[in-house]
Amino acid sequence: MTIDLKTASVKPLRRTFDHLAEKLGPDKNPTRYQEATWGLQPATNFHYRPTWDPTRELYDRERTAIVMDDFDDLVDPRQYYYGTWTIQRGKQQDSQEKNFDLVEKHGLLNGLDTNWKQRILALLIPLRHVAWGANTNNSFIAAYGYGAPVTSACTMHMMDHLGVAQYITRIGLLLGNNDPEILDIAKEAWMNEPQWQGLRELVELTMVTDDWCELFVVQNFLLDSYVHDLVFERFQAAAIEQGGVTILPMLTEFINEWRRESSRWVDAVLKRAAAESTENTAQLNVWIETWHPRVRDAMRPVAELAFPTQAARELAALGEAVSTRSAKLGLHGEAL
Amino acid sequence: MAKARKLGLKERYALLTRGLDWETTYQPMDKVFPYDTYEGIKIVDWDKWEDPFRLTMDAYWKYQSEKERKLYAILDAFQQNNGHLNISDARYMSAVKIWLQGITPLEYAAHRGFAHAGRSFRGAGARVACQMQSIDELRHAQTQLHAFSHYNKYFSGMHNFAHMRDRAWYLSIPKSFFEDAMSAGPFEFVTSISFAFEYVLTNLLFMPFVSGAAFNGDMATTTFGFSAQSDESRHMTLGLEVVKFMLEQHEDNVPIVQAWLDKWFWRGYRLLGLVGTMMDYMLPKKVMSWKEAWEMYWEENGIALFNDLARYGIRLPKHHEVATKEKGRLTHELWATLYQYGNALGLHTWVPEDEELDWFSEKYGEQFDTMYKPRLLYFRELEEKGERFYNNRLPMVCQVCQIPIFYTEPDDPQSQCVRIVESKDTKHHCCSDGCADIFNREPEKYVQALIPPQQVYRGEADGARDIFEYAKYLHLESGVDTGEYRNSPDHKNWQAWHAATPDNSDEAA
Amino acid sequence: MADNVFIALQNNSEAQPIIEAIVADNDGAVVSESPGMVKIDVPGRLVIKRETVTEKLGREFDLQELHINLISLGGNIDEDDDEFILSWGV
Repeated sequence: MTIDLKTASVKPLRRTFDHLAEKLGPDKNPTRYQEATWGLQPATNFHYRPTWDPTRELYDRERTAIVMDDFDDLVDPRQYYYGTWTIQRGKQQDSQEKNFDLVEKHGLLNGLDTNWKQRILALLIPLRHVAWGANTNNSFIAAYGYGAPVTSACTMHMMDHLGVAQYITRIGLLLGNNDPEILDIAKEAWMNEPQWQGLRELVELTMVTDDWCELFVVQNFLLDSYVHDLVFERFQAAAIEQGGVTILPMLTEFINEWRRESSRWVDAVLKRAAAESTENTAQLNVWIETWHPRVRDAMRPVAELAFPTQAARELAALGEAVSTRSAKLGLHGEAL
Repeated sequence: MAKARKLGLKERYALLTRGLDWETTYQPMDKVFPYDTYEGIKIVDWDKWEDPFRLTMDAYWKYQSEKERKLYAILDAFQQNNGHLNISDARYMSAVKIWLQGITPLEYAAHRGFAHAGRSFRGAGARVACQMQSIDELRHAQTQLHAFSHYNKYFSGMHNFAHMRDRAWYLSIPKSFFEDAMSAGPFEFVTSISFAFEYVLTNLLFMPFVSGAAFNGDMATTTFGFSAQSDESRHMTLGLEVVKFMLEQHEDNVPIVQAWLDKWFWRGYRLLGLVGTMMDYMLPKKVMSWKEAWEMYWEENGIALFNDLARYGIRLPKHHEVATKEKGRLTHELWATLYQYGNALGLHTWVPEDEELDWFSEKYGEQFDTMYKPRLLYFRELEEKGERFYNNRLPMVCQVCQIPIFYTEPDDPQSQCVRIVESKDTKHHCCSDGCADIFNREPEKYVQALIPPQQVYRGEADGARDIFEYAKYLHLESGVDTGEYRNSPDHKNWQAWHAATPDNSDEAA
Repeated sequence: MADNVFIALQNNSEAQPIIEAIVADNDGAVVSESPGMVKIDVPGRLVIKRETVTEKLGREFDLQELHINLISLGGNIDEDDDEFILSWGV
């Protein structure tokens, strides 16, 4: 089918929807990302108060101490709407699946040192519960946050964390010959072993935190950084270097790629929120000052599990990485 | 290391999700999950929850990315090829306008509502199912915006949808529906949306209407519509699962669930009247009448579903027989209402062409010929005299469903049906026994409803005093976005484009 | 007589082998076509067998691929690696 392009009469009447034209200014075409997020959340004339929280409106700016002139400014630099997100994840899962297949088909884990296998299992598998906590917390932000850009990105982050929890489980099953007991042992450790209790206590505390921006800082900035940098970067590097577990990056490819990409988004949201006002900056700093020491303390025994002889040094490096990141966002972020 | 044995679908799913959640001990479970008990639903064992589709995230991404790749390839082609010129007639756009203004926002509301349910349930299986639905619903809202974005460039009534969505009287019908569900507890929310709305009723929207969109050359809507519906099958299954789960968990749940089914069947049915007018009146080329769709999807498939639930002590929803009595009049009554309030609508209305009237006669028989056809012909006569009929007052709308009180008595299609309910010495008006029952069960909720015509009369719509000032407040341009289709800019543009565009079939260059 | 269960699929070439498989494996299947869509009703129980679709398709079929062209369904679902079953009143 072809249409005669000379037909001058088939000219568009307008570029885009009014609310996008207003935000973009004249003569600009919105991206599909902008089209799919800006102005998407209803803003006024709510009919009924939620029976589960009658003090608030269904969508309520006051569920956080952070104040934004327009919450639609908390955009995602990845420009993820559902289509771009799921297509990207589809590619990544395909590649991860091929890795798992190769490992299984060629028995690439056969030569794995038993001692290192045990260390990996002990450290990695309980993290499926940490990922589940992150899923829970992001579903909180998706439900009670304000503005489609940040809530939709948290919805994706929620599903990503579920995917990570499942990938960690797959790695465990692969290392453990599909024996479900591996999972039960890790859960037992998560529930009862002393080195995990600090972290579990912290995760449970985040689950009752009711300011969604505060939760964003604690979960997506602090906790994700510590857990990920410790296990998937520093411990993984040590496992390769000292234990010759060169296969590990193949198993964690998805997790590592996702992590690199999603931390850019987390940083962008915090940076924009801080840039809005000195009050926001102060509030974000208070949260980081309050929670950074808690996170660090909770992670200490986990760091000891990963690095029995040099946990203090590793932990200090994790703290410095967070502080450096904070500084780049216009926040001080010291673990006082 | 021995080679691990291959896992089956059920086993694999069970392992990947096994024991992910835990019983919290540093914080009380009731504090971590504060919202899943106050509705009175008793859950003895959350582990009995079963997810029939067993989609792990890797499989989810695999299949969803394939769907999205296909969908956006078609949308790109549609936009590049001036796909809007291929629809059957520009009158069809009224259906697209209603969809963008009224249905797309429902998808977004569903996304947020399921995020709430996906945080609220303490059972991990139920939470994951709700979370998956939450992100699917985001998909639906966004793919619809991307599909309609192209139409917005060429037709009226869509440019201001985000503004109207939160304000327009007739969009209060879908808005109040979903906010009613979202402001309820998580169990009622999932029952209302996944079960009553999606399982029982949305087949009426997504199957005959989208099939009609295909028939009317709307490639964009057909593509996202059927693609969304493939997610919908999972959602419907979640709906049935959650209802069966509640019924199996405790006998005390049965009357609570029954009351929700009664309420949400009626609320959903009232909302779907709008879809009925889309099918019957806004599709220039017709596929299936509302009456036929009702017979197929409710009287056959819907009742089969309720028969299956009878073993739990569930009966057919209250007033279902009224809905069936109304199947021959619903769309004709509602279209006449939309027609006359055309000056405050962001879509066009019209009197159907002769061959359409013949189709109505065939599908609706004598009732149409004696009651609704004469009215349509009278409207036509007035229009031809240059006196197109408008009702320029704002309508009195139902306190519950927010539809103008113009429907008729179940047993007498010649008398207006009005029910007066009372709460705290204030009278409120409802359109039906179904809506009055809903009001009387929770008056404290429905007295809160924002009734747009009343807002106008209270001066709360930027001081608008009449329907024309009200249209301005909605950012509707009179005579462009609103009113009669015939000789509207949409109509004239359509004619000009088709005069200027060679017939596609002659284009075999 | 048992109430009908149903499944609806997009009317495209990918769904064709699935539709053929359903018709082959379910006595009393009634196929109705409308624009863009095929609806299949079967009294009481409808089964989609991986084997049969694989055979019609000429390559391995994973039942989860159903999701891509599925439009709607009515009935209780039971799915494993080999069969996808819809039924009323189990």
